[in-house]
Amino acid sequence: MVGGGLPCITTRRGESVIEIRFHGRGGQGAVIASKLLAEAAFREGKEVSAFPYFGVERRGAPVTAFTRIDDRPIRIKSQIYRPDYVIVLDPSLLKSVDVSAGLKEGGLVVVNSSRPLDELKREVGVDNMVAVDATQIAIEHRLGSRNAPIVNSAILGAFAKASGLVKIGSVIDSILENAPAKKEENAGAAKDAYAAVGGE
Amino acid sequence: MTRMVITGNAASAYGAKIARAQVVAAYPITPQTSIVEKLADFVANGEMDTQYVKVESEHSAMAACIAASNTGARTYTATSSHGLMLMHELLIWASGARLPVIMSNVNRANGPPWSVWADHHDAMAQRDTGWMQIYADNNQEVLDTILMLYKVAEKRHIMLPGMVLEDAFILSHTMEPVDIPDQKLVDDWLPPYDPEFRLEPGKPMGFGSLVMPELYMDFRYKIAKAMDDSRAELKKVHKDFAETFGREYDMVDFYKCEDADAVLVIAGSVASTAKDVVDKLRQEGHNVGLARLRVFRPFPYEEFRWLAKRVPAIGVCDRSYTFGYGGGQAAEIKAAIYAHATPLVKNYIMGLGGRDITPEILERIYMDILNVKEKGLDREIEWIDVKGVE
Repeated sequence: MVGGGLPCITTRRGESVIEIRFHGRGGQGAVIASKLLAEAAFREGKEVSAFPYFGVERRGAPVTAFTRIDDRPIRIKSQIYRPDYVIVLDPSLLKSVDVSAGLKEGGLVVVNSSRPLDELKREVGVDNMVAVDATQIAIEHRLGSRNAPIVNSAILGAFAKASGLVKIGSVIDSILENAPAKKEENAGAAKDAYAAVGGE
Repeated sequence: MTRMVITGNAASAYGAKIARAQVVAAYPITPQTSIVEKLADFVANGEMDTQYVKVESEHSAMAACIAASNTGARTYTATSSHGLMLMHELLIWASGARLPVIMSNVNRANGPPWSVWADHHDAMAQRDTGWMQIYADNNQEVLDTILMLYKVAEKRHIMLPGMVLEDAFILSHTMEPVDIPDQKLVDDWLPPYDPEFRLEPGKPMGFGSLVMPELYMDFRYKIAKAMDDSRAELKKVHKDFAETFGREYDMVDFYKCEDADAVLVIAGSVASTAKDVVDKLRQEGHNVGLARLRVFRPFPYEEFRWLAKRVPAIGVCDRSYTFGYGGGQAAEIKAAIYAHATPLVKNYIMGLGGRDITPEILERIYMDILNVKEKGLDREIEWIDVKGVE
């Protein structure tokens, strides 16, 4: 075992645990998003955990955060290497970070981007993908600045629709209770992004 | 009762709040800082009636707690890693002066090389300071242990300080659902601190003075006796706590050990992950178990003798190292079982400086200790996944 190389990359144990990985840049709210999603699922009676990548964070640098959702108490404490879902808050990360690394077979990627979906799918190499222009929605709701919009609430609204994992009402309640600032604006952005994603 | 999704650090702060700590000494250090920040919020919002003392170092934080505790105030502070190292002198003072100061230590590696991630070396290096030391494996336990530590520490036949240990980031910065007990329930369960002797301006008394060799040893014996007595007191408080709050704790948390062929001993958050691994391996037909080392001081030697008489192979996973010897927890377990039973004991060193311990890594260690049971010890100490070693 000594000298056995890097840790393996699977974590899934309990059959019902759902693992979500967020990719953003420092300042966009990826860590807060992981917490808001956990709070939303918690409101629906789920067991949850949310945590940042245990790294060094700074504004503008790539940031990773995680949420686990399960029907049973969550005992696993290691990081997430094989997510069921990936949420990308910053479209520029697609060029620098392998956002689909370890994604489970059939796993869903939700991306903040205004580019054509086909193009994004080719770039990431994932077929199951949803794109939403969370940047535009955040700007419309005056979240952050034009140059550095805070897109986390919008992307969560889109995720609720695309994944069906949590109800939009739970996401909005979670935002209204737990968002650190501009609660109403953030809830509005989540609603708009939810509506912007196609599907029934 | 309120159930909230909070970090381990917030759980620490809530623990100090509902224990009604009267004096909080605060000095920041990563990854502890959000504990004292949360407490500052409580005080600023008027939710907590406490003397919040901002100090210039961890050494001063403990000095402030010592002085306040000496006047009869319930005191709390929090630190991590190098902060705990700087406190070392005053940790020994607190126990020598028989002051029930309670503290959260966020377990973090010591530098260099610099690291802010999970590692037990900081706490292990305080083994001999006369503090009770309890490792949590989830955020609920962080909060609950603060309440239980006050209850034990303030007993007049104990009067010793205690620290709850929470792994850096893995607990300190991870949000989980935590029950915050009702204040009324806590008030009824944990009466105000009422020491036999206290520092009072109108009633002069000497504390911590020089003693001649004829008496020094006798004072130390009293500390030793109190720490030994804290074992029974902890067990009693565990029971009381379960009756009032409905959550059960023990000195060692035995998980599927009764009939096990091999057991891993783990302290801290990795033990939580290991329970999932035990369940999976049991489904696959491997008779394995987990002994989660919860209370490290006072050391639960009887529990490990019980284990050693039942289980032929025990792997002890240390998240720290005693240079020139081995893992400190493995060494203590081996010493505790000597002349009582002779299982094979192998020491695994893992997760230093926050290296992630995944279920797969634990699975490999379980398969290795099962192999030890079949074939005997291949070596006494193994460092897990060290690079560049044959």
